[in-house]
Amino acid sequence: MEVDPRGRQINLQVAPVLLPMAATTENHNSILIRNLSSTLGGREVLREINLEVRRGETLVILGGSGSGKSTLLRHIVGLEEPTAGEVLIFGKNINRISEDEFNEIRKKIGMAFQGSALLNSMSVGENVALPLREHTNLEDSTIQIMTRIKLEQVGLSGFESFAPSQLSGGMKKRAGIARALAMDPEILLFDEPSAGLDPIIAAGIDELILKLKHAFHMTVVVVTHELTSAFLIADRIVVLDKGSILAEGTPDEIRHCTNPRVRQFLERQPDHEEQDAEKYLNSLTEEA
Amino acid sequence: MLSLPALVGRQSLAFARYLGGLAEMFSKATYWTFVAPFRGKGVRGSATMRQMVVVGFQAVPIVSLICAFVGIIIALQGAYELRKFGALNYVVDMVAITVTRELAPLLTAIIVIGRSGSAFAAEIGTMKVGEEVDALETMGLNPIRFLVVPKYLAMLVMMPCLTIVADTAGVLGGAFFAITNLDSSLSGYLLATVDSLLLRDIVSGLIKSVVFAVIITKIGCYEGFSVRGGAEGVGRSTTSAVVKSIFSVIAADMIFTAIFYFTNGS
Repeated sequence: MEVDPRGRQINLQVAPVLLPMAATTENHNSILIRNLSSTLGGREVLREINLEVRRGETLVILGGSGSGKSTLLRHIVGLEEPTAGEVLIFGKNINRISEDEFNEIRKKIGMAFQGSALLNSMSVGENVALPLREHTNLEDSTIQIMTRIKLEQVGLSGFESFAPSQLSGGMKKRAGIARALAMDPEILLFDEPSAGLDPIIAAGIDELILKLKHAFHMTVVVVTHELTSAFLIADRIVVLDKGSILAEGTPDEIRHCTNPRVRQFLERQPDHEEQDAEKYLNSLTEEA
Repeated sequence: MLSLPALVGRQSLAFARYLGGLAEMFSKATYWTFVAPFRGKGVRGSATMRQMVVVGFQAVPIVSLICAFVGIIIALQGAYELRKFGALNYVVDMVAITVTRELAPLLTAIIVIGRSGSAFAAEIGTMKVGEEVDALETMGLNPIRFLVVPKYLAMLVMMPCLTIVADTAGVLGGAFFAITNLDSSLSGYLLATVDSLLLRDIVSGLIKSVVFAVIITKIGCYEGFSVRGGAEGVGRSTTSAVVKSIFSVIAADMIFTAIFYFTNGS
């Protein structure tokens, strides 16, 4: 590890030498989140989150169900409005810039959704080609070649004409990743990439993320609750609980973290909330 | 338990929010349909053509059949009363004017609500639940431009076309009654229809159909984007889209009929 002129640690092995935007954004982190708070339906989902994702690194956001990790990811792509704080992508506050400006930034971000979010009215090939058709002036034959390349990268060559409904869960996820890769993004976001998949398919997705990371030097943010995946793919891990960051560090640092809540999560211990029997009965009669 | 004023206040606020949401969608869809193409952000032509086929062309048989039946019904009901005054020849006028000014646009709108308004809400709602709308946004694609504009354009073009089809079917329904019961000929009936109609009768029906197209698209799409929860939410929004569209179309029909009545003096 080396130190950049601002005193930040950088990993030269994943320096973004291949990125088209490297020249214009080299002075910025890919993602910077400052004091981000978010409320959904009157409930505070995120509380004063401060997070930095360095260019070229793979950050895993680890946390249980309802910890706010998916909401945090939605804030990064501007799908949610924060109640306080700010999200900066390539140094620009995404909540302060115009829609056109933000859409330019979004072209450099690929997101693979938990349920793949493929457009069911289109074939797999049309889904992957969609961002290229809408955002570039490339000829149709070029778009078709690029679509085939993207599908080949995720191991789905030959599935261009299939409807999303004809694919298995793992194949849908991979097709979603191919679509996220279509515009050669600088930042790739994954929401629960291996959730609901059998261990073999899940391992295949992990391997794919590692392959993409090493081949394209992208900044990758993965939201997951799968411990094996997290420790395999992460350069750095952030543990989220009840909307706050509990711990942050390299996989080794997280493995040896002494925070009781983190230990409970890593050792898969259930919650044992002791409840006074009388209080419990009273609460039932009050509601009735 | 809420008090009556609180309940009224809450419902009024919810209604105002709903109208605000509809107005916002209307302005955005209108911008993306009529302004954005001049700024280099074109309309999705193939999707619009597909919608035109689904919304318009595929609705032609059912619209024709229903309006032909209604033409016959009006002729029968009219003849029942006009016979008493020996004015059976006015059946032609009655059918022509009732169909073109009122029933063709209204019935077409109600059929389109059932076929397309509900489909808009269900399609967009299902996409919302499946995170497809979010996926469009993350790709930098505006969901209004991508999903609403093709439907909006298709409806604006096809509703008047369907209304003309309905006008024709209704008149032919009346003609069927006249030929079989009043010893009239088809050409004689059609000539009498042309004589009895003014251009403004047809135009007023077509203006209504354009207004109905706006109402049906906006409510259907807005309900789709408002879906919360899973399949149950989609079902709720679809039902809501149909009920609200029918109510709004009839209310708008009443307002426009009153406007035409008082401005034309007829």
